[in-house]
Amino acid sequence: MTERKNPEGPGPNGTEDAFPAQRDDTGEVIATRRGMFGANNGGDTTGYGGLVRTVRLPGASQRPYGGPGGGEEGFGAFDEIADELEGALDEQGLIPENVIDKTVVDRGELTFHIEREHLPVVARILRDDPALRFELCTGVSGVHFPGDKGRELHAVYHLRSITHNRLIRLEVSAPDADPHIPSLVDVYPTNDWHERETYDFFGLIFDGHPALTRIMMPDDWQGFPQRKDYPLGGIPVEYKGAQIPAPDQRRSYS
Amino acid sequence: MTTAPHSHSSAGHHTASDFDTAESLARETTEGTVYNVSGGDWDEIAASAVKSDDERIIVNMGPQHPSTHGVLRLILEIDGETVTEARCGIGYLHTGIEKNLEFRTWTQGTTFVTRMDYLTPFFNETAYCLAVEKLLGITGDIPDRASVIRVMLMELNRLSSHLVAIATGGMELGATTIMIYGFRDRELILDIYELITGLRMNHAYIRPGGLAQDLPPGAVDQVRAFVKKMRKNLPEYDKLATGNPVFKGRMEGIGYLDLAGCMATGATGPIVRSAGLPHDLRKSQPYCGYEDYEFDIPTADTCDSYGRFLIRLEEMRQSLRIVEQCLDRLEPGPVMVADKKIAWPAQLALGPDGLGNSLDHIKKIMGTSMEALIHHFKLVTEGFRVPPGQAYAAVESPKGELGVHAVSDGGTRPYRVHFRDPSFTNLQAMAAMCEGGQVADVIVAVASIDPVMGGVDR
Repeated sequence: MTERKNPEGPGPNGTEDAFPAQRDDTGEVIATRRGMFGANNGGDTTGYGGLVRTVRLPGASQRPYGGPGGGEEGFGAFDEIADELEGALDEQGLIPENVIDKTVVDRGELTFHIEREHLPVVARILRDDPALRFELCTGVSGVHFPGDKGRELHAVYHLRSITHNRLIRLEVSAPDADPHIPSLVDVYPTNDWHERETYDFFGLIFDGHPALTRIMMPDDWQGFPQRKDYPLGGIPVEYKGAQIPAPDQRRSYS
Repeated sequence: MTTAPHSHSSAGHHTASDFDTAESLARETTEGTVYNVSGGDWDEIAASAVKSDDERIIVNMGPQHPSTHGVLRLILEIDGETVTEARCGIGYLHTGIEKNLEFRTWTQGTTFVTRMDYLTPFFNETAYCLAVEKLLGITGDIPDRASVIRVMLMELNRLSSHLVAIATGGMELGATTIMIYGFRDRELILDIYELITGLRMNHAYIRPGGLAQDLPPGAVDQVRAFVKKMRKNLPEYDKLATGNPVFKGRMEGIGYLDLAGCMATGATGPIVRSAGLPHDLRKSQPYCGYEDYEFDIPTADTCDSYGRFLIRLEEMRQSLRIVEQCLDRLEPGPVMVADKKIAWPAQLALGPDGLGNSLDHIKKIMGTSMEALIHHFKLVTEGFRVPPGQAYAAVESPKGELGVHAVSDGGTRPYRVHFRDPSFTNLQAMAAMCEGGQVADVIVAVASIDPVMGGVDR
């Protein structure tokens, strides 16, 4: 928990102090890359093998958040949503800073990173508060960041308000060692299958789900296929005398 | 359809008591046990059936059943003809498309996503490309011509998808004529697809940044001719089905789901519009310039299968309106963003071995411009990089909200792409629609959801 409050990334005293820090130090480091062409099997003959880059996701935003209908001084719909949510959390006796880890505005989209234990409360407020009224949840999408230590598994929810014609995103994370996130089926019954799907592919356990079983993969399947450490599989194919390796064995340029 | 008695082993069920008579007549021979099977006393069977009123019969309808829209397995608990509980078994068509995407470039992704809901390929492609373009920050740079062609193809696709929905739905009711009509008209649309993209399905024609290539000569004329013909054909569905008392009798009041139910189950598309809510992303969150087109959002207040049927018919009329407006709007121009770091060098021409880069272009990059050759090679093999972050793009597919959540880690491949397929979500409403109804009405209700398993299972 303390690591994530520090957005500076590799510090001068850290183990990775050999890396030059990026000039723009905001954002969340999810991976470090070496070389220019991402060749991880075979030598890098390009001469760029010493290059080190960090991969950062967009970091926390500062007020005003803006958003559609932004008026003077950049205040817009996103600020309204954040104000209403914080106000409603206050009413429930919760301190907004403890519930909302950070708020990210990126590419015209608003994301609240929520502490996982408070997710059901936040979802209920977002659904029921007349000023928020996010009636429709479009399900949950899992993302696996093996490089994001302590919060490897992310669950991403998109909530749509038909009343106010808005869309926001909630993001919750859990460590690989303790992959538990409260279920939202009580608040949004539509998440029933979506949570089963995310469990099936990522192994995220949604506490309180009525019947968390596999939905796509066979019931006796081992492992969680959408995790990054799970191989794609496939066999090499011979084409005109040459062997073409399986897709996950080919050279990747990322 | 296979029936299996729920596994109660206690005696007293009529199945068990039937065999009591038979077992008493069994005798051992050198060949093994021989049973003499004879009919039981009818009164005894009737009496035991009355006694066993707690019996549950589970009917597995599917996954291989002609009226379950592909490999959908319906698990129905029935009491006589009444469905007391209904559940779906899905996953039979899971092909791991989302995982596969993570091992191909962003551009190659369209080849995969087009195969998800195979009846709405252009919607899958557009939603995916809109998400990638949002990540790249080039949403505003897409040429107008590309957006107009995207809209035109999507509306043609809405027609072809609704035609299949109505045709297969009709067939499942026993109305084979409407099936013939539906597939006849869909064929006209598939011919247009073939002319424009080269393929009847699985097009990969819409690409991040625009389109794979421009419209071929004659496409506009063929689309115009189609619109004219379709305007003549559409009233036939009305004549055949809309007022047909048998058709209405099967559909009215069946598959009931009111607005609260839609919101809870997350149902969108014709289902939520049949509950009276004119929710359509083309109007509320326009993309690809939908705000510039004139069309209406039909709704019904019956919350049932018949309402959904009428909505689909009306949406087809509205789609024809939009297609006509697209044709009027088509201006000559590029169909790909100007950024050469994203746009594939596509000076395509038809050669003896199929479609490929034109010989002139190859002569240029091989003979005179080494940089162009390197650039071409890198862009195709390595792909373009997408700045880290995530984006959500949603389009109104014929089935509802088709959302794409795309995550990039700054590489040339998608880090994660998640499709929120409307069929997947809408299928959850099946239980609410079917429980308490009759077995025959399950078919009608599922047909009114119009799930496509390629999209559900991905």
